[in-house]
Amino acid sequence: MNQLKETTTGKKFWVEFAKGIIITNPVFVLVLGLCPTLAVTSSIDNALGMGAGVIFVLLGSNIIISLIRKITPAMVRIPVFIVVIATFVTILSLVFEAYIPPLYESLGIYLALIVVNCIILGRAEAFAQKSSVLYSIADALGIGIGFTISLLIVSFFREILGTGSLSVFGFTLFSIPVLSETPMAFFIMPPGAFLVLGLLLALFRWLGVLKNE
Amino acid sequence: MNNSTSLITIFIGMVLINNMVLAKFLGLCPFFGVSKKLSNAISMGIAVTLVMLLASLATSVIYNYILVPFNVEFMNIIIYIVVIASLVQIVEITIRRTNILLYNALGIYLPLITTNCAVLGITIINASAGYSILQSIVSATGAGVGFTLVLIIMSGIRERLEVAEIPKSMRGLPVAFITAAFLALAFMGFGGLL
Repeated sequence: MNQLKETTTGKKFWVEFAKGIIITNPVFVLVLGLCPTLAVTSSIDNALGMGAGVIFVLLGSNIIISLIRKITPAMVRIPVFIVVIATFVTILSLVFEAYIPPLYESLGIYLALIVVNCIILGRAEAFAQKSSVLYSIADALGIGIGFTISLLIVSFFREILGTGSLSVFGFTLFSIPVLSETPMAFFIMPPGAFLVLGLLLALFRWLGVLKNE
Repeated sequence: MNNSTSLITIFIGMVLINNMVLAKFLGLCPFFGVSKKLSNAISMGIAVTLVMLLASLATSVIYNYILVPFNVEFMNIIIYIVVIASLVQIVEITIRRTNILLYNALGIYLPLITTNCAVLGITIINASAGYSILQSIVSATGAGVGFTLVLIIMSGIRERLEVAEIPKSMRGLPVAFITAAFLALAFMGFGGLL
């Protein structure tokens, strides 16, 4: 009996984890958290940094909100959630400033703006405030990793087209001969972000991964 | 840092060159959500400009007279978001009590503005640029005007897109993103203005 309960718990953990990556992928399916998706995807490095930051804040806020869900009055729940999230963002921004200053510089104000990322408040409201700590962790990891993967997909195309090469933390993985000499800088500038995300959304719909409107 | 920047430079910079939506990607949710009809776009633009202005005034007073003297600038994220959330509530209550017509026009947009990244964004931009209170107010007005301008342009284009022949998988959001891309490209032309 005990073992049965354990397996169902484990199974549900994986279900909550996996749904965030594809079925309810925050960027491509729910179209949430657009500001960072467009702003920090000019390079793979920035995308990884932002993804890690969002996973940290989402995990921390989901755990705390789930722990205090029984003592949070329904009337003031949104201000409580926002203060919890803002606390974790402050911690994150101080850690980045102290240990990885280059990343802190290039993420700029978008690091502080994780506070108003609709994904995080959305998960607090829709999931963590009515679920146990374990499932809230699964949900945070799933949604966070789904978000990071989406950022990586967008930044992959933007970095290749905009610089002609692909590099991760200073190591050049490959570079395309002609393109790297005359890169299409348009793609690492703001208009390229809109164009790449628009075309990716259309592509996923055409492939049938997403529903048409 | 930029304490000598003239007010007109800040204003034009915020409206055209560092446009909130097209260059800084802030306030995208209302940009795509509310830009389907021109009348909604204007109401949303006015509401955001109003809240930006009040939020910048409040946060720059707090920043310059409380956070800097006590050396607790690192607390700005928590303090700003609480100030903005309560400010939106106060604005909503005041408008509901004094002008019911305005409330009916703007009412549904006000709660959405709390989590609008453009409002928190402008306060953080002001703080990190080291603007004085007057400069913060001017930059917030510029940001609000720029946001409203782009929202109005976008809603004009989207009203036309409604009747256009668009491939099935491009309809709705994808084509809106691509439209925004060309709009952003056009706005990049303002880059040489200052």
